[in-house]
Amino acid sequence: MIRFENVSKRYPGGREALRGVSFHLERGEMAFLTGPSGAGKSTLLKLVTLIEKPTRGTVIVNGQNTSRLSRRAIPRFRQRIGVVFQDHKLLYDRSVFDNVALPLVILGLGPREIERRVRAALDLVGLLGHERDAPITLSTGEQQRVGIARAVASRPDILVADEPTGNLDPELSLEIMRLFERFNEVGVTLLIATHDLDLIERFDKRRLRLVDGLIESDTAAPGRAA
Amino acid sequence: MTRSLRRYLSLHAQSFASAAASLARQPIATLMTALVIAIALALPAGLRVLVGNASSIVGSWDTAVDFSAYLAAAVAPERAREIAEDIRRRADVEAVRLVTPDEALADFRARSGFGEALDALGENPLPYTLVVRPASGAAGDVEGIAAALREIDEVELVQLDTEWVERLRALLGLAARVLDVITALLAVGVALVVGNTIRLEILNRAAEIEVIKLVGGTDAFIRRPFLYLGLFYGFAGAVGAAVLIAVVLELLAEPTAAVAALYGSDFRLAGLSAGDAAVLFAGGALLGLAGAALATARHLRAIEPR
Repeated sequence: MIRFENVSKRYPGGREALRGVSFHLERGEMAFLTGPSGAGKSTLLKLVTLIEKPTRGTVIVNGQNTSRLSRRAIPRFRQRIGVVFQDHKLLYDRSVFDNVALPLVILGLGPREIERRVRAALDLVGLLGHERDAPITLSTGEQQRVGIARAVASRPDILVADEPTGNLDPELSLEIMRLFERFNEVGVTLLIATHDLDLIERFDKRRLRLVDGLIESDTAAPGRAA
Repeated sequence: MTRSLRRYLSLHAQSFASAAASLARQPIATLMTALVIAIALALPAGLRVLVGNASSIVGSWDTAVDFSAYLAAAVAPERAREIAEDIRRRADVEAVRLVTPDEALADFRARSGFGEALDALGENPLPYTLVVRPASGAAGDVEGIAAALREIDEVELVQLDTEWVERLRALLGLAARVLDVITALLAVGVALVVGNTIRLEILNRAAEIEVIKLVGGTDAFIRRPFLYLGLFYGFAGAVGAAVLIAVVLELLAEPTAAVAALYGSDFRLAGLSAGDAAVLFAGGALLGLAGAALATARHLRAIEPR
């Protein structure tokens, strides 16, 4: 589902964020991307969501070589990927409902279908009843869950998350990871960047450790290895 | 309705609502922009209405192309009547009136107020005059009759009263051409004003545009609300311009009527016709759209998620 082949990314100015990274995430797999800050986690996720293109090597997502996608093809490509950001990236002049509905509106779904799916997504993250609220009136954890609802509302094949629990207390963090695990159970492929090692200890999932732009270790799910 | 058409219409409805909402969020700024556009549109449209009014006055003189041919002073009355008969028989002449020197003098005395001065003259200096009314007001016909008259020996002077009308018409033609230039310039101005407003709106909403791009919004999806915004601005400006013109004409109505009354006319200023208004509204909306298209083409691409 997500395949990196000897991928390097050098930013203008010479900083090399990734230096020959290779891995393959199968369809339906869930993996944590760990490593110290500055190791290249965000860059790697940006290559998956086509915010950046690799300097060298090949990134294949959903069967598509991202280097060969034209500018015009990017929106359709992104419509099949759900993204969760550390800073939520919500639109604060719109209601919770409108935020979650955004990807569905882009898909051009009818109002009934949008209503149904938004409610289903909000139900999933435990925010049903907050449709009319302004995001700013919600707590950080709730805002993060709105962001997650938005990412899954369009039922993407792939979900990537950059430090989704970065600003949350341990209890909320665990709750959100459990939520991701449930998406994985219904077949969504997940790649989650996090530095919260204690948290991921509690999940039986694959771990990719990135250090200084290189994959230092690629550990299969401990449960499966045993 | 097919699925894709429904999808398309639903996207447009959404963009329309989004544009309307962004206007409603900042009513004062919206009003100011619309007013600037209104003034820029009202100037050429209003001048056009005035030139149109002037043309209609000149146009109404089309039928009044009577002209005079003065015979030499020595021409005998019989010969004068003969000439009048000859001219009257022409197919392109509707009527000929022969004014005798006595009638002309009486008329002049009555109208000019120089009665006593005329009394001082020993004899009547005025000649026979033919007042010719052509069958049509076409310039060629009038010229043809005038030429025929000039060939008659006894005709001393043919005075085409229509010459000054022609000159005025030419001046109005020139004014209309100048107006075309002004209209073109202000149209570009309107497109640029809308374009600049849209540019600011795009910069204001950069964060939102970035998020929409991240969740897979196409260029068309992002562009559409801004295009509607431009359309709204242009249309609102055009409506404002129509109102401005109506107000100005209303203010001018009374003084115009007073001037017209002095000339013994019941002339009234005409406002925008339905057709003019339709052109104004459509033109305003299209200019707004063009400005928005310009701004989105230039500025939307630059906003990319980082």
